[in-house]
Amino acid sequence: MKPPPFEYCAPGTLEEAVALLAADPGARPIAGGQSLMPVLNFRLASPSMLVDLRRVPGLNGITTGADGVRLGANVRWRDIEDDAPLASAHPLLRAAVAHVAHYQIRNRGTVGGSLAHADPAAELPGIAVTCGAQIAVVGASGGRTIPAAEFFTGPLTTALRGEEIITELRLPPWPAPRRWGFEEFSRRQGDFALAGIALFYDEDAQGHAANARIGVIGACSRPHRLASVEGALNGRVIDDETIAAAASAARAAVDPPQDLHAPADYRRALVGTLTERALRAAAARRGG
Amino acid sequence: MPVGFTVNGKPVTVEVEPRTSLADCLRDKLRLTGTHLGCEHGVCGACTVIVDGAAVRSCLLLAVQAEGSDIVTVEGLSQEEGLTPLQTAFRKHHALQCGFCTPGMLTTAHALLSEEPNADEERIRSVLSGNLCRCTGYIPIVEAVLEARAAYRKADKP
Repeated sequence: MKPPPFEYCAPGTLEEAVALLAADPGARPIAGGQSLMPVLNFRLASPSMLVDLRRVPGLNGITTGADGVRLGANVRWRDIEDDAPLASAHPLLRAAVAHVAHYQIRNRGTVGGSLAHADPAAELPGIAVTCGAQIAVVGASGGRTIPAAEFFTGPLTTALRGEEIITELRLPPWPAPRRWGFEEFSRRQGDFALAGIALFYDEDAQGHAANARIGVIGACSRPHRLASVEGALNGRVIDDETIAAAASAARAAVDPPQDLHAPADYRRALVGTLTERALRAAAARRGG
Repeated sequence: MPVGFTVNGKPVTVEVEPRTSLADCLRDKLRLTGTHLGCEHGVCGACTVIVDGAAVRSCLLLAVQAEGSDIVTVEGLSQEEGLTPLQTAFRKHHALQCGFCTPGMLTTAHALLSEEPNADEERIRSVLSGNLCRCTGYIPIVEAVLEARAAYRKADKP
């Protein structure tokens, strides 16, 4: 359980970091290392060089404003936990992040690392996709933003080019009265979820759901939205009948993997149950 | 490559390969073998040390990444005059048996209570869920941490 040998450097600027990655196709960035280090210890990856982003300035900010929430790539889980304005600026994000790993890992793990690692069961990629977030990256030819829906292309696979570095996650504004729910299930606290559901909707003057969004993690090869469930919610009052129809649509909409941890049917059933729980929590919750 | 940091209040410089974890550096280079290595992939919590005030898994941190940091290991917790109140509570409640997980339990609980001396049982259980114990079970460990809170509250007062 020791990583293969690699070179290491900790550049002081983003430009330097990108140049180092561009110069060596085997080089990989590292931030908190809480996903990459296990991969290295298991020798599932053998990068020629690690480019540590810890000295790169400007990646640590959390800002909330009229244009939404911006999380710098080096923001840690515990920073999100400790940031009081986020509780009302993005309650769904806070609730989801509360499920990430354990105390010690939360002290190191970062926003950028979670997005780049792209585990299908990870919470933050699920929130990014559900909310329609943008992921800002910088590469050799400058910066670009990638919609979260296009960023995650498969298990541990993203649209990032080799030399590109994630700088920021941008979540759209969150209206205060919005109703939301986040539910996941894992066998032990802090484990990766066997399945998870993030959802929210607004309500029109008549109390009908509008702008419904629902995303799945865990029971999928990458986080994705469930359009048929969104269709079953929009324009309806969220009552028992709507919730049952949504849960049924959610079960039909997923194609879960079968592995050591759970059979596909079990994960499919979980998606239905978690959809129901998340909708009940949303309907019972008043605003943020 | 050389890396410098402070361990238990003492500045040190060591020569390590970039791939050396902080855990291996502490154990093999600095002979601080109180930090235990269990799973080596961030699951068991035995290797927990405190880096700049925050409990982290030293198997998931490269020694070179800790450059300039202030590190506290389990050896740094005990005092000249004897056991700390947290360690005393562990002994009193039989919160250890084989002792393998104990360094990680102590460093984690110390970091938690230093920041949150009023942590309730639910919070303590949630935090300790990142540390595996295969002997005593968790009830005596949680009892010990609950009892040690009083000492951290006193230490908080000016």
